[in-house]
Amino acid sequence: MPATDRFYRSLYRIRRVEEEIAGIYPTDKIKSPVHLSIGQEAVSVGVCEALAADDVVFGTYRSHALYLAKGGDLNAMIAELYGKATGCAGGKGGSMHLVDVFHGVLGTSAVVGTTIANAVGYAYGVKYKGTGQVVASFFGDGATDEGVFHESLNFAALKRLPIIFICENNRYAIHTHQTRRQAHPHVCEKAKAHGIPAERIEGNDPFAIYESVSEAARAIREGRGGPYLFECMTYRWKEHVGPGDDYHLGFRTREEAEPWIKSDWIPRVAEMLEPKVRRDIETEVEAEIRAAFEFAEASPFPEIPDLTTDVFKDL
Amino acid sequence: MDRTLSYMEAVREAADQEMERDPSVIVFGLDVDDPKAIQGTTRGLADKYGSDRVFGTPLSEDAMTGVAIGMALSGLRPIHVHIRMDFLMLAMNQLVNVAAKSRYMYGGQVCVPMVVRCMIGKSWGQGAQHSQGLYSFFMHVPGLKVVAPTTPFDAKGCLIQAIRDDNPVIYMEHRLLHFQKGPVPEELYSVAPGKARVTASGDDVTLVGISYMQVECQRAHYYLETVGIGAEVIDPIWLSPLDVDTIVESVKKTKRLCVVDNGWTTCGAGAEIIAQVTERLPDLNGLQVLRMGFAHVTCPTTPTLEDYFYPNARTIACAVHGMIRGQDDCWLPDEREDLKAIDFKGPF
Repeated sequence: MPATDRFYRSLYRIRRVEEEIAGIYPTDKIKSPVHLSIGQEAVSVGVCEALAADDVVFGTYRSHALYLAKGGDLNAMIAELYGKATGCAGGKGGSMHLVDVFHGVLGTSAVVGTTIANAVGYAYGVKYKGTGQVVASFFGDGATDEGVFHESLNFAALKRLPIIFICENNRYAIHTHQTRRQAHPHVCEKAKAHGIPAERIEGNDPFAIYESVSEAARAIREGRGGPYLFECMTYRWKEHVGPGDDYHLGFRTREEAEPWIKSDWIPRVAEMLEPKVRRDIETEVEAEIRAAFEFAEASPFPEIPDLTTDVFKDL
Repeated sequence: MDRTLSYMEAVREAADQEMERDPSVIVFGLDVDDPKAIQGTTRGLADKYGSDRVFGTPLSEDAMTGVAIGMALSGLRPIHVHIRMDFLMLAMNQLVNVAAKSRYMYGGQVCVPMVVRCMIGKSWGQGAQHSQGLYSFFMHVPGLKVVAPTTPFDAKGCLIQAIRDDNPVIYMEHRLLHFQKGPVPEELYSVAPGKARVTASGDDVTLVGISYMQVECQRAHYYLETVGIGAEVIDPIWLSPLDVDTIVESVKKTKRLCVVDNGWTTCGAGAEIIAQVTERLPDLNGLQVLRMGFAHVTCPTTPTLEDYFYPNARTIACAVHGMIRGQDDCWLPDEREDLKAIDFKGPF
């Protein structure tokens, strides 16, 4: 049985971090494009709650939720968005390239689909070395248009790698609906065509995602299976990039978004908790977020000589 | 240094010895474990190290390059083999956007120790998509190292160096160089970036030959000798990082620089080398420079056209002669049997 308070802390924390980013964005203190996760938190939380601390995730340019759900350092994330030397990439990566090797966040990419293959390669290393880890590869429905998605699934299936593919299907590649990009818009069937067991999880439900991913991770660790794919249906509330809405663009309607917003899991999980437990979590998270923004504000920018460091690792 | 090996055997031995030393080294790519074993360069490795460490892959250059990066992030040292450099065009996203950038864009948290072996073809109808020397693409990108060894000695030493390097290395082999024989020590040694090799001495012109064109430059040296022109020949070996110092020192003496590229000259490695040398010698009066390389067309298959597509020892000698004696005094040496190019012999 998942610990509801853990889920709530993680969901609430991501939502509030994103809201704070959106709030501060007009001040231009964040000098990096941000692709907010608001509305999609449940997928990262459900998956990462099912993973072990030393498991590894790869993500996309919309990975604030994934980074935080996997345990990525909040101070380092906000400092990275501010371009500060204390950021997780020393101010050189920004929002689209969050990384926290210590917590198993191995990389996030701005080029759609690229990290799928990287995750598969990492899973090969895990299997080769017998570390017992599980790798989770996050990507959107847009990535399933890409050749690298199919090539990667084929190789992962061929070598029976310890990897779980997580398709965060929000239906849109920027502004273009999946049905305008795919003649047969069924991601699970694409996975099954490569011999990979696949399941679609409706309703943006963090607990359902947790249950399915937990079982898959268990099967992988016990040598009974892998790879797996889960198509997690979800919805992006905000515009593709930036802090605002995009209904005025006309490619989608408020009516389409409404059921997703109404069924938001954050208040639903909140109601499962004792009021005091909920209040304590919210108070702690608010303090943590405040501290993270203060940390970012107070941190120094990188020095000019840092421009040329980290091109190569010296022998 | 008595032992003689072919370039092909030197490549194979470097991989074998490194795999024996370090279990994190693995080899994969299209057909690395098939009966032909990439011209023999991977022969026996699958039997010796097993299919987890040596395996042929699906025809997925893009994903398999991404897989190599992921392996490297997990602590392995992959060698990804491509039987033609042309096929790397399918892997450019992963090489340029991920392999080259991961260390920098992740603020030094990760490194990507991987080797991309690739071959450049020439002659006997290799044609448009089996003949390209596209290394200048990779020299352009920070975060990638690029090496093009010419001799069996350097083939082994550079591959060992590339495997041990904690960064992505593009390792180029010219198909014709696989047949070259030369002294190769049995023990492990490495040929590191930072030192180009002077392969022939001379006072009148500096000839820089890249990859297979190094062989043609050395032949040109002998042709030029017959007309009293001393060509100093330099093999840069590592193109990125480039040892420009050795070339600059030679050009200070010769005041003439001809770079013979194994690719097109426009925006090519030769253009880069000449620019760097020129920048370093602002006070050298009368510096003459010349780029040679592929004709600026797609490589044709018919020998009558292909012969004119590539520079060769005689055309290099002729161009250098013109550089020194003036274009009016036109001279093309007669082909000497001992300096004849050994072309690839078909049929496949």
